[in-house]
Amino acid sequence: MKYFHLIWAALFRRKARTFFTLISILAAFLLFGMLDATRSAFDSGNNVIGVDRLVTTSRYSIIQSLPASLTLQMKAIPGVKDVGYSNWFGGIYQDPKNFVLSFAVSDNYFDIFHEIQLAPEQRKAYEATRTGAIVGAALAKRFGWKVGDKVPLQSTIFPQRNGDKTWPFDIVGIYTAAPGAANGTDQQFFFHHKYFEDANAFQSIGTTVGWYVLRLASPQDADRVAKAVDALSANSDHETKTQTEQAFNASFAKQIGDIGLIVTAIMGAVFFTLILLTGNTMAQAVRERTSELAVLKTIGFSSHSVLYMVLAESVLLLVLGGVLGLGLAGVIVPIVAKGSGGMLNLPPVGTQTWVLGFVLMLVIGAVVGALPALRAMRLKIVDALAGR
Amino acid sequence: MKTFKKFLYGVMMLAIIAVFLTLWTMLPWQGVVALAVLVALWMALTRRGRQTWQVTRVGLSTVTQRLGSSSVVVVGIAGVVGVLVAMLAMSEGFAETLRASGNDHTAIVLRGGSQAELNSILDRDSANVVMQAPGVKKNAQGRPIASGELVVVANLPRKSDPNSDSNVPIRGVSNDVWALRDNVKIIEGRTFKPGLRELIVGKGAKGQFAGLDVGKAIRLAGQTWTVVGTFASHDALESELWGDTQSVASAYRRGSSVQSVTVLLDSPKAFDAFKANLAADPRLKVDVTTTQAYFSKQSEALTKTLRIVGITVGIIMAIGAVFGALNTMFAAIQARAREIATLRAIGFRGVPVVVSVMLETMLLALLGGVIGAGIVWLIFHNYTASTLGANFSQVVFQFQVGPGLLWTGLKWALAIGFIGGLFPALRAARVPVTTALREL
Repeated sequence: MKYFHLIWAALFRRKARTFFTLISILAAFLLFGMLDATRSAFDSGNNVIGVDRLVTTSRYSIIQSLPASLTLQMKAIPGVKDVGYSNWFGGIYQDPKNFVLSFAVSDNYFDIFHEIQLAPEQRKAYEATRTGAIVGAALAKRFGWKVGDKVPLQSTIFPQRNGDKTWPFDIVGIYTAAPGAANGTDQQFFFHHKYFEDANAFQSIGTTVGWYVLRLASPQDADRVAKAVDALSANSDHETKTQTEQAFNASFAKQIGDIGLIVTAIMGAVFFTLILLTGNTMAQAVRERTSELAVLKTIGFSSHSVLYMVLAESVLLLVLGGVLGLGLAGVIVPIVAKGSGGMLNLPPVGTQTWVLGFVLMLVIGAVVGALPALRAMRLKIVDALAGR
Repeated sequence: MKTFKKFLYGVMMLAIIAVFLTLWTMLPWQGVVALAVLVALWMALTRRGRQTWQVTRVGLSTVTQRLGSSSVVVVGIAGVVGVLVAMLAMSEGFAETLRASGNDHTAIVLRGGSQAELNSILDRDSANVVMQAPGVKKNAQGRPIASGELVVVANLPRKSDPNSDSNVPIRGVSNDVWALRDNVKIIEGRTFKPGLRELIVGKGAKGQFAGLDVGKAIRLAGQTWTVVGTFASHDALESELWGDTQSVASAYRRGSSVQSVTVLLDSPKAFDAFKANLAADPRLKVDVTTTQAYFSKQSEALTKTLRIVGITVGIIMAIGAVFGALNTMFAAIQARAREIATLRAIGFRGVPVVVSVMLETMLLALLGGVIGAGIVWLIFHNYTASTLGANFSQVVFQFQVGPGLLWTGLKWALAIGFIGGLFPALRAARVPVTTALREL
């Protein structure tokens, strides 16, 4: 650490070059921060909150519903704590562009999804209101909804019994998502399955549900319970497929596309270029300082400390540019998310991104510094001073 | 006074770059070719031009000595162009696939407000009213050419991952579909027989999902269906599996209802009357669109998103590459400082020096652009991918790396080269000769 001043001075020996290199590094890490946020927006597969939940859907197709009569049978399976169900509503608000993730859910749904945090009195109000709806804080903010508002949602699928496709709802509660909840949890709209059944033009909807959500007593039982649930409807015309919520989400995200692969490919191209660029800068820096390094050695710096100083210089260069870039990404990502009007649901640049970013800065810094540093270490004082 | 001059100089440079970028993005390829020819003529015919050519040659001949730093320009720009072209190729490919799926002489009718076929439902009577409406073309027997269709979604594993589930669309179509969609051709096996549990599979679906070879059996809605043929249509329909409407309806217990009716119109001009007629019919509450508008709308959001992402990523990478190029070229003129100063001392003017440095950078940039675009073309041209489309099911499409996109990539490369070369070139021409000669 006592050499920090020396390293700093060496880094800014040529201000223009260091400045240009810093901006290139900044651009690379800005991109890294933004793309990593995009990737994690699609990657809700590994949150720990839903680890005790299973999702049961039709085995043949996501659009086929299941008989409501399965609820009791599922509850009887040992290890199942609670069984809830849900139905896709396909709601839009005022304009087809304003798509609302809306679901008709069973009354115990909020006990199963305990990351949905709702004030007790709002929960009570919900239970007492037939047309009551609970909306996520982010969604409420997007449309400026408040508790007490009457909100009409149009369903792209289900008309009401009178043929009208606009369903009136009373917003009785606004929930927040517990920390650690999957990204986008606070963008949803829930209402009573009972209301959905009673007012629906499709009368048969009352005997079916879209999919089931099971809460387990212990996550270890997941495999056994999943098999037992699927055995209930084996060889019937409504065979089921039960999987952990994580697996369900992951397979869904994969259908949109392999976002992870695209991001990795872009970042691969960016960092490869970055290594070449900073490597070139460092090589130049060491080459033109040959005689200075020789002087350092002459006055008693060991070969190793020269090696470490050059390495430290390149790591410092990367860390400076990288921190600036990730910091800028931290500022820009929320602006982009806000600017998209809630359509793009980007999480802020998280700890994980910062940790990964730091590892990348250190590794790239070490890699690009290695060759010039070795060269500096092996420098023969006599040759270097003579300019050979 | 000096700082003010510097400030003015900076503002002027920014203005030059802004003007250049605006003009450059608007310039068609003919303009660029004309520009290149003009520069070449100038270099061949005028004295100043010939001087420029000589200076450029000297510069280029020393590139091999600066291989490491020159490759920074080439690789950096190759990266920018590669990523940009790949993203745009994805966007174009998706848009093109959906655009090809529709045309202006067929119309699709959905229940009002449904947006996608999957959400829609039309009972038998409404479907009949739609088919009998004026404006629908009749066949030789005098029956309207129309197809009442059902779309359901089935889970099938991907070829690349046997444990995955993908939503694959299954379309029940009527016999008239061959007259209606004349671009659909059976390329293997035969078509399905009405009333039987037989399916034909699109070429795209067959390539993307497992178990769809002719003769194979698949389980749908708890029943066994046989694949009897493969069809090609070069559009989004290729992502689908087709069966007879009645068979699909009975398997999925849809009774006699359908989800959409697609009709062949007498002519594209008949559409407005057809639409007005259905809108005026009190028995119906339907949305009528040409298939062209219907499919284009489906691709709109994703295409736009991909374009924006591609261009944003491209711009950020380009900023990085510009600074990389600046670094390299400043180092290059630094290394040649004495040589350039000597040239100027013996009477070469500023213009040949400026132009030669710019030319060198832009040639390196062009090389980078060609490499980047070339790699993307080799890997991604006609690369097949799929994503979740409007019917909650997979749409298979191919990346399109067309000449237009390659040209866009090269234009970006040259723009980066221009900016990256401008500042070092001006510096080379402005350093006082005496200072430069004394240095080193």
